[in-house]
Amino acid sequence: MNNSKRKISLKNIAALVLLIVFALFFILPFLWIISTSLKGDTQIFTIPPQWIPDTFNWENYAKVFDRMPFLIYLKNSVFITLFIIIGTVFSSSLVAYAFGCLNWRGRNGLFIFVLATMMLPLQVTLIPLFVLFKEIGWLNTFKPLIIPAFFGGGAFNIFLLRQFFLTIPKDLLDSARIDGCSELGIYWKIVLPLAKPALATVAILTFMFSWNDFISPLIYLSDKMKGTLALGLGMFVGQYVTEWAILMAASLLMMLPMILIFFFFQKYFIQGFTMSGLKE
Amino acid sequence: MNTFIENKKPKANYGKQTFTGYLFASPWIIGFLIFGLYPIGISFYYSLCQYDVLRIPQFIGLRNYEQLLFSDNYFWLSIWNTLFYTALRVPLCIAGSLLLAVLVNNAVRGVKIFRTIYFIPSIVTGVVLSALWLWILNPQYGLINSSIAYLGVQGPLWLLDPDWSKPSMVLMSLWSIGGGRMLVFLAALQGIPQHLYEVVEMDGGGWWAKFKNVTVPMISPVIFLWTILEVIFSLQVFVEAYVMTKGGPLNSTLFYNLYLYNRAFEDFDMGYASALAWLLLLITLGITALQFRLSKKWVHY
Repeated sequence: MNNSKRKISLKNIAALVLLIVFALFFILPFLWIISTSLKGDTQIFTIPPQWIPDTFNWENYAKVFDRMPFLIYLKNSVFITLFIIIGTVFSSSLVAYAFGCLNWRGRNGLFIFVLATMMLPLQVTLIPLFVLFKEIGWLNTFKPLIIPAFFGGGAFNIFLLRQFFLTIPKDLLDSARIDGCSELGIYWKIVLPLAKPALATVAILTFMFSWNDFISPLIYLSDKMKGTLALGLGMFVGQYVTEWAILMAASLLMMLPMILIFFFFQKYFIQGFTMSGLKE
Repeated sequence: MNTFIENKKPKANYGKQTFTGYLFASPWIIGFLIFGLYPIGISFYYSLCQYDVLRIPQFIGLRNYEQLLFSDNYFWLSIWNTLFYTALRVPLCIAGSLLLAVLVNNAVRGVKIFRTIYFIPSIVTGVVLSALWLWILNPQYGLINSSIAYLGVQGPLWLLDPDWSKPSMVLMSLWSIGGGRMLVFLAALQGIPQHLYEVVEMDGGGWWAKFKNVTVPMISPVIFLWTILEVIFSLQVFVEAYVMTKGGPLNSTLFYNLYLYNRAFEDFDMGYASALAWLLLLITLGITALQFRLSKKWVHY
């Protein structure tokens, strides 16, 4: 008895050591980057790395605004992301309602098909869409980024919302139907309010995706003043690759909204990553 | 993917819900026709053409494919790079995040804080991730090399060394997605009934027997799904290479999609790039089909 107890605690210590090693792997780069973003030129290039800067050079953050039109990029990113979120939340919830709350011929087959489209490499559609958007004069506008979000909102989001909608009691929907409520009314007045946590999850994941999206702005927005933060940061890496402190400050500034969302809405964030693993 | 579908047969009486069903699904259906099916179809036509966007496509038959397969060294190099990256990243990612999930799942109460710490880097992706790791992997003053230099060890040149560039990018992606995948496995682990472990315990099995005979079979559908998705994601690696290395050094990070991008949007050789895109589609479908076939041996539903 005594022996086995000691074994268990030894095992626990080994596990704890592993947990701590992994924690360092995940957290140290973060702390190091924050530290770099506050360092002056002389403190950056030191061996061993200096974790706490001698002086806090907050002006590194101000310099970001000299190196790129940060506010314009910010405005563009906010605009694009906002509309993509609106489009995605509305259209994916409509489609998920069809798959999760309605009975119709061909439903299951079409749903498998929707899931299968997740396999499509983006690149197969990229060139024809570029040509199409060029023909109709949408290059250097935000339309190629925003408009597609209003058509379905992506297979993954549909899947995620449908899984949630399935948990809503069928009786609730049926009694509303008997009361003469239209399907659109049920969707709007019953399902959407109940699904707020799932909608928040979709909104957050969509935010993260479009805020960081690099390929679409790279291809559709060649006008420098139309660029997004992600695109601007990519260009910054190419141009000022030795100004590490400012580059780190720019990266952290760009991440700031995500960091805030993470701390205030961690539950939905984690739910988004978790629900993707649920079956049934 | 059958597990995601309700097994219950829908009631035979669809009534007027069939019309409503299609109506509600119509945003996706219309979107798929315009932004999915049409581009895929026309992309195949482009792949049979010489096309530079300025002039109309000139039909040249299978010549793009011939050139790709038989006289384009960059094509084969990019395939090699991409498969190497995928083969290194997917097993490490799955095994690593599963290990994290098991550790966190068994941890005594109070250390759940680890879950949050592991997950934090998941909010870093794409360009930001590339910018941060360009500095972390700096051969002289980056976090890793300057730390081990202090201990008297000379670290590798990471992204500047053709042998290390791909492993560097794998390491970076493990940092960024490990915690997110851990959550997926954690949710699956928490769904395993406790009494199954007790059975193994009664038979005198240790932690390895529990892991091998209960944990892995019970969550095998989730492992399978994420293996499939990780392979698809890995085959599409692009942003890291575009931002960090531009495909170098010595083309060691010239991944498939970077090569495709260069042919399409640097050379404006859209026909050739479309042929590349179609081959990628076939490769992806092929690998996925193979995985489904192999899954019958190890996935338990």
